[in-house]
Amino acid sequence: MSDDRAMTTYQRLVANQWLVLRRLMQLTVLLLFLAGPWLGIWIVKGNLNYSLTLGVMPLTDPFLMVQTLIAGHVPELKAFAGVAIILAGYVVVGGRNFCSWVCPVNLVTDLAAWLRHKLGIKGGLHVSRTARYGVLLTALAVAALTGTVAWEMVNPVSMFHRGLIFGLGMTWTVVVAVFLFDLFVVRHGWCGHLCPVGAFYSLIGRLSLLRMRLPRRDACDDCMDCFEVCPEPQVIRPALKGIDGAPPIILDANCTNCGRCIDVCSKDVFGFGWRLAAEAKRLDPIPSRGTHHEQNC
Amino acid sequence: MSQPRTPMTPARRQFLADGARMACGVGLLGLGLGFYARHATALPPAAIRPPGALAEADFSGACIRCGLCVRDCPYNILHLATPEEPMATGTPYFVARQLPCEMCEDIPCVRACPTGALDHKLTDIGKARMGLAVLVDHETCLNFLGLRCDICYRVCPLIDKAITLDAQSNARTGKHTLFIPVVHSDACTGCGKCEKACPTEVASIKVMPLYMAKGQLGAHYRLGWVEKEKAGGSLVAPDTEHRYNLPEGMRYESGKGLSAEPAAAPDAGPLPRALQGDRL
Repeated sequence: MSDDRAMTTYQRLVANQWLVLRRLMQLTVLLLFLAGPWLGIWIVKGNLNYSLTLGVMPLTDPFLMVQTLIAGHVPELKAFAGVAIILAGYVVVGGRNFCSWVCPVNLVTDLAAWLRHKLGIKGGLHVSRTARYGVLLTALAVAALTGTVAWEMVNPVSMFHRGLIFGLGMTWTVVVAVFLFDLFVVRHGWCGHLCPVGAFYSLIGRLSLLRMRLPRRDACDDCMDCFEVCPEPQVIRPALKGIDGAPPIILDANCTNCGRCIDVCSKDVFGFGWRLAAEAKRLDPIPSRGTHHEQNC
Repeated sequence: MSQPRTPMTPARRQFLADGARMACGVGLLGLGLGFYARHATALPPAAIRPPGALAEADFSGACIRCGLCVRDCPYNILHLATPEEPMATGTPYFVARQLPCEMCEDIPCVRACPTGALDHKLTDIGKARMGLAVLVDHETCLNFLGLRCDICYRVCPLIDKAITLDAQSNARTGKHTLFIPVVHSDACTGCGKCEKACPTEVASIKVMPLYMAKGQLGAHYRLGWVEKEKAGGSLVAPDTEHRYNLPEGMRYESGKGLSAEPAAAPDAGPLPRALQGDRL
């Protein structure tokens, strides 16, 4: 009996492997930052704004760097080096990978989305998915006009992460506000509509190489599970339905590469792959079903 | 000639409405954020920035709130401001009365800063200007009351440079000396050791941000004794010793008062130029 239950748990873990991996990754990143202050093991110092790994590798939030430059300050060289490393990394794996694999606010908003689904909360305010770029431009404009990195004073992403490492204070109120906003006001509200940090990472992601591919999109039976679970469902449709001859690869920069669609799809439509390979494939005169199946073997 | 107006399609109507709504939303956001940012550049007086911090207006644009200065401070005196504190969220500060700066010679906080919000040009901690100590309360300072407390003077890392004791007569007793602590802004780094060590219930000497602690003379002020030294001599008159302007045949002595001149006064020479009225 207990064996059976263990099997079930194991099977559930395997069925949700990308979700499990993602949670492990999020917690690992957080633990790397917390190991210093909690255990005295200094692997990573700092926070998501800027960190120093093993005393040598800087990592800098590129959005913050742009705000600082616009506010009229030119940082030291190591901050630039940190931006270069981040840009290089996210051009490979996808800008918004930050959102689903690293950002601590994702844990909060995913919980809100899950609870919203469980409680059957529907409706809410309509906010455009492009509003985040408006917020992004506003943050830059205020930085220019006030000469301060103003967004940092209200940014839930850096506040939460910094709070966990350096002391929360009243930061929890901001985190609760984001949670309630996502739960009651707008579905996937913060990460999917408003957050300028994610918006900036999406700009980097336009060029990125690691993409969600749909090698078996022909097998789709329109169950809508992927749309239901995806935090950015608008990115799926063109690739899934081949709208305007779109290739079977999600090129929208707002796909966070979270891999939830892989987990929930019973037809194994989705899978990670490289963009260049897929685009080369696009040149094939007639992409046949056979090639799709070969890929999946 | 008039062309029929294209009817507004629902899609276009929706597009314009959405656009207007978003513009209003982010406009409001920007306004609120802007005012908040302006307010948050005012630093509360008890919060002292780490050594080498740029002037507050520049600092709030340069600091990226990473906390590496906090991490590399060997004495753990630095905090990052949380959102409820009345300063820019996430920026570093210390409170001298809790833990003052220990003035490390290698200044690890500055070296850790990736942006130069803590200026890397600061290599001599003695040149740091985190703030300025001010003996704020002459009524509670024990030395002002006639005691030889001297603690601020003794703990000062720049003893006899940043704080000196200025001997003054104690007018109350008429026979004792007051040793008044005097802070010199050309040496005080604002480390806050004096404030930390002050034994009064509330510190009588406090470190304040420079903008609060320091006055400024008008640009037209000239200090006579400085100008005299610069010029190598008096500028207004020949430097003659002071003389009393007495009626002829009289003299004055300290303690005795006026008396008749016993003999002819020694030749005093010509009057100083400044006293030759009509000829000036």
